[in-house]
Amino acid sequence: MKNVKTLNKSTYAKKSVNAGCGECQVSCQSACKTSCTVANQKCEKKNKK
Amino acid sequence: MLHQFEQNGYNIALDSASGAVHVLSPLAASVLRQMASLPLPPSKQPPEGYSEEKAECWDDLYSLYEDGTLFSDDIDMENASYASGLIKSMCLHVSHDCNMRCRYCFAGTGDFHRGRQLMDLETGKKAIDFLLKESGPIKNLELDFFGGEPLLNFDVVKELVRYGREKEAPLGKNIRFTITTNGALLDDDSIAFINEHMYNAVLSVDGRREVNDLNRPFEDGSGSYDTIIPKFKRLVKDRNADWYVRGTYTRDNLDFAEDVLSLNDEGFDQISVEPVVLPEDNPMALREEDLPVIEAEYERLAKEMIERYREGRPFTFFHFMIDLDAGPCVYKRLKGCGCGAEYVAVTPGGDIYPCHQFVEYPEYKMGNVNEGKVDRAAQRKFMRCAITRNSECKLCWAKYFCGGGCPANNYGFNRDIEKPYKLGCDIERKRVECALMIKAAEAEIDEERENSLIAGI
Repeated sequence: MKNVKTLNKSTYAKKSVNAGCGECQVSCQSACKTSCTVANQKCEKKNKK
Repeated sequence: MLHQFEQNGYNIALDSASGAVHVLSPLAASVLRQMASLPLPPSKQPPEGYSEEKAECWDDLYSLYEDGTLFSDDIDMENASYASGLIKSMCLHVSHDCNMRCRYCFAGTGDFHRGRQLMDLETGKKAIDFLLKESGPIKNLELDFFGGEPLLNFDVVKELVRYGREKEAPLGKNIRFTITTNGALLDDDSIAFINEHMYNAVLSVDGRREVNDLNRPFEDGSGSYDTIIPKFKRLVKDRNADWYVRGTYTRDNLDFAEDVLSLNDEGFDQISVEPVVLPEDNPMALREEDLPVIEAEYERLAKEMIERYREGRPFTFFHFMIDLDAGPCVYKRLKGCGCGAEYVAVTPGGDIYPCHQFVEYPEYKMGNVNEGKVDRAAQRKFMRCAITRNSECKLCWAKYFCGGGCPANNYGFNRDIEKPYKLGCDIERKRVECALMIKAAEAEIDEERENSLIAGI
């Protein structure tokens, strides 16, 4: 597409709403002690791949 | 939900529900604005009177809609699950004492307004036992040695690491230890221990020498910068695991980009600098009226980060880190930090609180590790903190990036763990925009590099 460049193709699949293995880090255990953010957290399952 | 914005010459569209990010030409951005103003779903046919170029943009955008990456349906929130109630992460306050007197400390110069106290070994062991038991089938656990200053009680830290390793093995668990330290007491032995045993090290420093020394003096009032920086450099040089230098900015240094860049100039390339959280009547507290300056400063930082990326000396800034393809699952995004539900803090006396920030609120005590149980009713209140339930979060385009914000900040400002702290939300939205703009710029730089390589061949 000349006028649009998509940076990613991943989408939050609806089926994963009730999934989630719970093995990933909680955000305040990284470098976030006073202002929460989650999008920078790593997925434990994807890290194993 | 569509969020469209322009920053640093990039026109960006975020399809909030799918997480897709599109970089648009100015014409396509204008066409998308029109498409969004008309009834949805969009019509396949461009509006009458469109030029050929505009019609082409319309077709491109319509194909994104068909692909499910534009105007996509939001996640079925009513059926979304809440946190599990398994406690897998612990902030262990091994020291309610500190050798610094930081001006903005939410821990009241380290003692959380309760009197100076160090955790004894037995209480620490009971905390680890509690974590192992309450985590159920979860394998990967986290334990952050926190304070005050944990190095003031480092013998106990070392013993607890040994104890944790001994207890985790038969249960098939893996405790990831973190230490958050001001660095003053680091020496060769403690650096070697931390680098061998700690999954993550958070190293507290505020940036420029003059800012750090004003905000983070020792007990005698002298500056700490020249003591800690060489020690942090030694630690990082020998480290093969996660680490961050982490600072705080206040109303006194709204030019905080200079602090981030100063840390990078010192050789640190993994940096987190966060907004201070203080009551509104504190002169160092951030105010709503500061927002335009704060937003401009984040943009300035983002532009400088792009330049350093272009020059081949990139660094990461924690709150601009977004992995568009391998980030957390939706489940994680719905429930945010998990405080009080899957994450707790434990004081030197063994009292359990929802997180390190809640320790200052006695009304939020959830139990004591010596009794080995937690107040489930209190835990359930935090398990319900999810963007699925929050009417303000539901309407926010950034909800899947922030996960609902910080319940401690919500309580501190609104006396309601579910009512968002507005300034925190505004700042987070700006950081997400900057992060997406950086992604667009880096993609462009990468493409230029690839084209140069091809042309060179």
